[in-house]
Amino acid sequence: MKSFKKLTGIIASMPQVNIDTDAIIPKQFLKTIERTGLGKHLFHEKRYDQNNNLNNDFVLNKQPWDQAEIIVAGDNFGCGSSREHAPWALLDFGISCIIATSFADIFYNNCFKNGVLPIVLNEKIVEEISDLAEKGIEISIDLEEQQIIAQNKLYKFDIDPYRKHCLLNGLDDIGITLENKETIDSYEEKLKSNVWHKPESF
Amino acid sequence: MKKTLFDKIWDQHVVDERQDGSSLIYIDRHLVHEVTSPQAFEGLRKSNRSLRRPDLTLAVADHNVPTENRIDGIKDDTARIQVETLEKNVKEFEVPYIPLMDSRQGIVHVIGPEQGFTLPGCTLVCGDSHTSTHGAFGALAFGIGTSEVEHVFATQTLIQKKPKTMLINVTGTLSVGVTSKDIALGIIKKLGTSGGTGYVLEYAGNAISDLSIEGRMTLCNMSIEAGARAGLVAPDAKTYEYIKNKPMAPKGEFFNKAVDAWELLPTDKGAVFDKTINIDASLLDPHLTWGTSPEDVLSINGVVPNPEDIDKESLRNAMQDSLDYMGLKPGQSLTDIKIDKVFIGSCTNSRIEDLREAAEIAKGRKVADGVDAMVVPGSGLIKMQAEKEGIADILIEAGFDWREPGCSMCLGMNPDQLKPKERCASTSNRNFRGRQGRDGRTHLVSPGMAAAAAIYGHFVDVRKIN
Repeated sequence: MKSFKKLTGIIASMPQVNIDTDAIIPKQFLKTIERTGLGKHLFHEKRYDQNNNLNNDFVLNKQPWDQAEIIVAGDNFGCGSSREHAPWALLDFGISCIIATSFADIFYNNCFKNGVLPIVLNEKIVEEISDLAEKGIEISIDLEEQQIIAQNKLYKFDIDPYRKHCLLNGLDDIGITLENKETIDSYEEKLKSNVWHKPESF
Repeated sequence: MKKTLFDKIWDQHVVDERQDGSSLIYIDRHLVHEVTSPQAFEGLRKSNRSLRRPDLTLAVADHNVPTENRIDGIKDDTARIQVETLEKNVKEFEVPYIPLMDSRQGIVHVIGPEQGFTLPGCTLVCGDSHTSTHGAFGALAFGIGTSEVEHVFATQTLIQKKPKTMLINVTGTLSVGVTSKDIALGIIKKLGTSGGTGYVLEYAGNAISDLSIEGRMTLCNMSIEAGARAGLVAPDAKTYEYIKNKPMAPKGEFFNKAVDAWELLPTDKGAVFDKTINIDASLLDPHLTWGTSPEDVLSINGVVPNPEDIDKESLRNAMQDSLDYMGLKPGQSLTDIKIDKVFIGSCTNSRIEDLREAAEIAKGRKVADGVDAMVVPGSGLIKMQAEKEGIADILIEAGFDWREPGCSMCLGMNPDQLKPKERCASTSNRNFRGRQGRDGRTHLVSPGMAAAAAIYGHFVDVRKIN
C-alpha cells in the first residue's frame, strides 16, 4: 500500500450530505477485475453528460480543481455500497484525502486500506476549509502531527493510532495479522468442539 | 455480567485483543461474489498467500448475471470476464461454488440462508454492504471492502473495533398490508441514513418475534441504509425450523446440540445497550420514498414535501435538487405519482413470502397499460417453489415478466436498467441517483405496494385493495 505522510494540495468542495459510493463510482465501472484505471470514471454522472461530454459546471472539471488532491464534503460521505472501487477511483484521480463532518463506516475503513486519509472535523471547520477550497487556496496536511495548516490557521484532527501507523508506513495489515498465525491456529483448534464450526458439504 | 446477543457473539469470536483497543475477530463464514472478489484473489496470488479456509467460503455470481435467456451466456464482455474470473478463481483456490446454470444459483444473501450456510451465533462477512441480511438468524453479519475480503481469504479473521449497540424495540401489531419493509423504512426515516453509523442494531419486541424469517431478513437487510453495518434478531423456534434440514446446516443429533447452544444466544434480561429506540408497529402505514436517499420516507397518505419548509439552506437546496431529479412537485399527493416500471426482487424482497405478497395483490388483475413490471426471484429454488405454488402463473397471467434469479435492476449492473426519467416502484433497498440506471427515478416500497402500483399505474394504499 502507498503510504500517506504529508500532502499539500488544492481542495474540491462538495458541500452535499450523503455523497454515496454509487455517485463516486457508478455500477457500470465495477465490472473491472483491476484496481487501477477508475479515475476517469470518478463521479461519472456528475462529470459527464449523457453523450460523455465533460460537464463544465462540475467542480472537478474546472481549473484549478481538476488538479484537486483533497475533497471537503458534508455528513455521511461514502454511504451505501461497500465497493472499494470508490477509494480506488478517488486515488486514481489523484485524491488521497477527504475531509468531512462524518463518514459511512465501510467507506471509512476502505480508505485506510488504500492510502487514502479520511479526516473528520466539525461543521464550522469544514465550512472554513470549504471557503478556502472555493478560493482555490492550497492547504497542507501532516499526518504525523495530526494537523492541517490552512492559510494562517492550524486545525488538529483525531485518528486511530494503529491506522495512523499503517498509513504512515504503507503497511499491509494482512502481513501484520499473519505474524499472529499461531494465535489463529489455536483459536481454530478450540473451535472444533462446535458442531457447526464448518458447513456440511452441499 | 448481563450480555446482549451482540456481546455474546463478539466475545466468542475474539482471537486476540490488540494494544490499540481493536480486536482480531474470527470469521466463521465468508460469502463471495464476482464483483468485489477479483482483486482480492489477485492479491493472494501476487503475495503468494493461500486461501486459509476454502471450506468456510461459498461463492456465487449474482450482480452481473442476465435474468433472461441465460442459456445464451453473458453478452456484455466485461461482465462475462468478471464471472469467468470468479469461476477460474474458485477452481484455483478450491472454493465451493454454485454455477450460473445450477438451480441453487441466486443472490448471495438469499442462497446463504437457503443452503444453511448462515447459522445463528456465527460471524459472516461478504464484500457487499447488504450482508447485514444474515443478522435475521442471530448471526453477526456485515459487509466488507475488497481489501478485507483478501484479509479474510488469507487469515479467516478481520481487525475490528468493537461497535456500539442499539436496541430497536418494535412493539404492537402491524395492520394488514403493512410489512417488515415498512418497519425498515420507518426506522430509517427516524434514524436517518447515518443514525446507525458505528452501531450494531438489535431488533426486538413482539412485532419482530411475529415476523417470519423472510420478514426479518428484509428488516436486517436495510440496517445498512440507516448506517449500521449489522442488524440482529435473536434466534427462536422459527429460526431453528427454517434452518432444520438445510443442506449445509448440522444434521440430526448435531442439529439438536447446535440448537442447545443457540438457545443461549438471546440478550440477557437487564443487559445494557448504548442506545434504545422504540417504535409502535400499529402506527405504521405502508411507506414509500419520495427522494434520492433511503431516509426520504413518507406514509402513502402523505404529500411530496416542500423545500420552503426547511430552515437550513444547504438542506433546503438538497431537497429541491432531489425533487428536480425525481420530477416531483411540492404538495403533490403520493397516490397521484404515475409509474413506468415495477421491479419486484433484490436481496431485500425476492423471497417466497415476498412473491406470495405480490401475487395476492396481482391475482385476477392486470398490470396497467404502459407499465412494465418484472419479478426476479432471489434464487433458482425460490423460482421453482413459486412455480410449484402457482404464484408464477398468477403473476404471468397478470402481465408480470417472470425472470431468472439475480440482483437485476436493484443496481443495474446487468441489462435490467431504467431509462432516463423512467419512474420505478422498486422493492430494492437504495433510491440513490442513477442506481437503477442513469437519471432513473426509484421509489422504494414493499412487494405488495409494488404489485398494487403495477396494477393501478400509480401508487395506491395497498390496504384499500380487497
